[in-house]
Amino acid sequence: MPGLGARLGRGGATTFQQDLANSDCIVIMGANMAENHPVSFRFVMKAKERGATVIHIDPRFTRTSALADLHVPLRAGSDLVFLGALVNHVVNSARWHTDPFFKEYVVHYTNAATIIDPAFRDTEELAGLFSGYNAGRGAYSTETWQYAGSGTDPGAAQQPEQDVQSREGGAATGRPEEARTDPTLQDPHCVFQIVRRHFARYTPEMVERACGVPRDRFLRVAEALVNNSGRDRTAVFAYAVAWTQHTTGTQIIGCCAILQLLLGNIGRPGGGILALRGHATIQGSTDIPTLYNLLPGYIPMPTATPQHRSLDAFLGAERLETGIWHELPKYLISLLKAYYGDSARPENGFAYDLLPKIADDYSFQRMLLLMKDGAMKGLFCMGQNPAVGGQNAVLGRQALANLDWLVVRDVHEIETAAFWHDAPEVRGGAVRPAAIKTEVFFLPAALTAEKDGSYTNTQRLVQWHDKAVGPPGAARSEADFVCRLGQRLKELYRGDDSPRGRQIAALTWDYPTGGPRGEIDLDAVVREINGYTVADGRPVPDADALRDDGSTACGCWIYSGIAPQEGTNLARNRRGDEGAALGWGFAWPANRRILYNRASADPAGRPWSERKAWIWWDAAEGRWAGHDVPDFPATKPPGYRPPPDARGLAAHPGDAPFVRMADGKGALFSGPSLKDGPLPTHYEPWETPVGNVLYPEQARSPVAPTFERPDNPYHAVGDPRFPYVITTYRLTEHHTAGGMSRWVPWLAELQPEGFVEISPELAREHGVDNGDRVVLSTLRGEIETRALVTARLRPLTIDGRTVHQIGLPWHFGFGGLARGAIANDLSPLVEDPNSRIHQAKAFTCNLRKKG
Amino acid sequence: MRHSGATRSGSNLVLTGPTGARPGAVGFLTDTTLCIGCKACEVACKAWNGLPADDFGLTGFSYDNTKDLGAATWRHVAFIERFDGGDGRRPTDLQPFQSDWLMLSDVCKHCVEAGCLQACPTGAIVRTEFDTVVIQQDVCNGCGYCLPACPFGVPALSATDHKAHKCTLCYDRLKDGLEPACAKSCPTDSIQFGLVGELLARARGRVETLQGRGVAGAYIYGDRTVGGGGGIEGLNAFFILTAPPEVYNLPARPELPQRKTMPSYLTTIGTAVALGVAAFFSLRERGGA
Repeated sequence: MPGLGARLGRGGATTFQQDLANSDCIVIMGANMAENHPVSFRFVMKAKERGATVIHIDPRFTRTSALADLHVPLRAGSDLVFLGALVNHVVNSARWHTDPFFKEYVVHYTNAATIIDPAFRDTEELAGLFSGYNAGRGAYSTETWQYAGSGTDPGAAQQPEQDVQSREGGAATGRPEEARTDPTLQDPHCVFQIVRRHFARYTPEMVERACGVPRDRFLRVAEALVNNSGRDRTAVFAYAVAWTQHTTGTQIIGCCAILQLLLGNIGRPGGGILALRGHATIQGSTDIPTLYNLLPGYIPMPTATPQHRSLDAFLGAERLETGIWHELPKYLISLLKAYYGDSARPENGFAYDLLPKIADDYSFQRMLLLMKDGAMKGLFCMGQNPAVGGQNAVLGRQALANLDWLVVRDVHEIETAAFWHDAPEVRGGAVRPAAIKTEVFFLPAALTAEKDGSYTNTQRLVQWHDKAVGPPGAARSEADFVCRLGQRLKELYRGDDSPRGRQIAALTWDYPTGGPRGEIDLDAVVREINGYTVADGRPVPDADALRDDGSTACGCWIYSGIAPQEGTNLARNRRGDEGAALGWGFAWPANRRILYNRASADPAGRPWSERKAWIWWDAAEGRWAGHDVPDFPATKPPGYRPPPDARGLAAHPGDAPFVRMADGKGALFSGPSLKDGPLPTHYEPWETPVGNVLYPEQARSPVAPTFERPDNPYHAVGDPRFPYVITTYRLTEHHTAGGMSRWVPWLAELQPEGFVEISPELAREHGVDNGDRVVLSTLRGEIETRALVTARLRPLTIDGRTVHQIGLPWHFGFGGLARGAIANDLSPLVEDPNSRIHQAKAFTCNLRKKG
Repeated sequence: MRHSGATRSGSNLVLTGPTGARPGAVGFLTDTTLCIGCKACEVACKAWNGLPADDFGLTGFSYDNTKDLGAATWRHVAFIERFDGGDGRRPTDLQPFQSDWLMLSDVCKHCVEAGCLQACPTGAIVRTEFDTVVIQQDVCNGCGYCLPACPFGVPALSATDHKAHKCTLCYDRLKDGLEPACAKSCPTDSIQFGLVGELLARARGRVETLQGRGVAGAYIYGDRTVGGGGGIEGLNAFFILTAPPEVYNLPARPELPQRKTMPSYLTTIGTAVALGVAAFFSLRERGGA
């Protein structure tokens, strides 16, 4: 989540779904909310009933569009032009310059006034590149992307050759008072002026050329946003993976953050950015991550580099002087105590050397290549179906076929478990099962109702669920499997003095088990996540109680407070209400529902308006009060000014709402924290039928990680063999790669077969009738499926020519009841440089009628 | 939501207001303007009632692969795409709430005067204490008389047990004070369960609001005026629609087939008498000759 993290401080939705009902304008973009988040959409409908305007900006007319007031179709992959033009419109609009609210919010709560190093050069000056680009490495040096006078950034600049982490915490490592500012926003080197110049050519005309959106329709959206923002009104954006899954995904999301900061919508009821997560507990899987480059609580994973060679070196490099990240030692050392127990001692750097270090790119896409090339020998696959769901699934299945062993745990024999006997290439005779050496272990898993556990949903809300009935037969929960696997490994490595043996021996793995099946007690896991005092094992009340001397242990500092007393688990709470519903579940951090909610009050601590009051300074009590848990030190007065020697949060003034940022301000200019620049810039999707109208010399992202090789070829920009834009997506009726839905008769019958959606115009060009079989092709693969001809898809006029868009649901595979060709046999492996997420929402293909 | 334990107050019809719904009758308000076409109602219905998947296949009719109500499908979400006048243009400014891609969760209407019930020769179809219409499976002999008697084509014979089936308005759940499964699962409250009188008042308010916000075409389908006339006296499961009924594959002017039986009887009797008289006279003439 670096898109939000780099600009606001935390990689999570700034608001909660129920708060949508308080909004005056809801913009849904990069998401098909009604179809993929139908329960959340309830609150969009509530807002609508109260009179809110709902706008859906999307290439297709979906079930979300059907319930919107305005549908704005645009070309898939052109989102940043649209958002950039909104930024340009806002900063030049009469309302923004005449209503003092906007400048007051922006000057106090964002880094708009901060002066940037005059050596910084924008993409406007360097034809689509920022200063510091090294063409040989395909990467940036970020020395000039700094606040003036703050020096270089030790976290990023010293390791240009390495896979530097994109991280939260923002622009500067220097102290806030060292940064020069111009509150009049006139200095040519201040962030506001840089932003203004950067987006000056993102005009309605450019939107028309690049997005295919007529300028009057663009202006309708812009006006709706501006008119529904301000002291008394708020607008919210909801997005999902259709923003994330681009080579510029992080910057698209970041551009939305810039826009919402400029409109004064962050941290306020009915405002903010709602990151709609792809499926259940995806938020949880980045908080306590399944990602290779993060430790729990968004602590960067150490790299195998000199500046991460020891605990002290790591903390020296990653700790920020100001803001919450100043407390990094407490969080990391408590985590090491939770991992390694008595083996983590002050004299051995709390066993920091036992932590694995990153020496390469281990993202999912890269893993597939490592498997295919024989470097990775084994794979555990749980809750994932890469034979269908991974990009370039042809390559993905070849990778699976080159493993020594593969363990698949699922409730059905999904394609990833069955690829060796049932895949199209096997049934077609091209691959013989006997030639596949992979030994596949298929183990039965338990469904939600068959196990205890929790979900962390879109709004950072942790909700507990209890087992209703035990899983059938030998099926077991993931937690039980992982617990037993750990026990066996510890047994296996007993007495092994190799580094790996020591790593495993040192792990604390004393989870109590019980019940008729000897299953792990998950309350013990919750207790470990919450944190405890090492001496007596008593839970800590919250993250503030964590220490950097080894006296506390904590599995995930942002979840600390979830189980503050023995026998409590706030995720079990079920006291709902129509407001912030603080009695329902537990939202990290510290049960806050709207993040950065200090910004819901003006700099003096008063609500911006009666209608939009959320938290405020109660002078009589000397503390922040209101409807939510303040996301701010509870007793820090609005007028607080930090003394020169202050550190951590004490170094932030009383009007700095973004507590995780070094300077406490929302970052319009994100400094060196992102790899592709401090400001969002439009680059075309890696595969595109048209050039970049904004930066003709720089069609595609200069730093996107690519994997060009014979088994993952790319289409050149404007390749006439592949003239159509294709976008992949999900349907309400199915769940991701289908493992939970295509085998279920009640769901399978609702969408029983794969299909491709094309416009009547494109169908006519190819003589295709509704229901005909068609063939889609890319250089990666070819699939045959049925055409659903519908006016919900439409061609657009892009820079004077007609561009057709094709829509392809990606749920289907060769297993289960609802079957269909694998959409991802077409898609390429190419990534966003910051999040390492693939680009599935826009690439190119060809189509022909099945002859 | 627990309903208020509605029971029927006496057996005499109390025909008041725009429907003939009896006091205490429960039913559905299905408000299409709130429907997002998620089909949770279809799945919840099948899951609760233990109905099998059936009629498996891609239809090509928008996202409607269910096609219609049937013996094993008691909720059916219809999808109607209304974009193209043939000129390739698509609207982008939309009326508030649902528009252009219409979705409607169809269901048994639980008619105040139910054609199926009147046609059932075995007494299998009964009116319950909740004023809902239910087919008793242990009594039904599968004669199929109820099929043509329903103006909406709701009951269907199962190929498995050869009996007639349709929505029971979750009779078993009502007995336990629970709302029907479809209403319970609806994320946007497009399907609302309750006392018909209360639902109707709510629907009238909603239609007024919709019209006030520019949805000029919003109306109630299922009172005596529209959808519930022709002797039906109103639908206990009624709808808010924004396009003519035919667009949703609902009959514009449904009526009880039984209303046609009396004229038919009279015609038959009249014809018989006429023929008898004619025969008598012609025979007498022949005899006279």
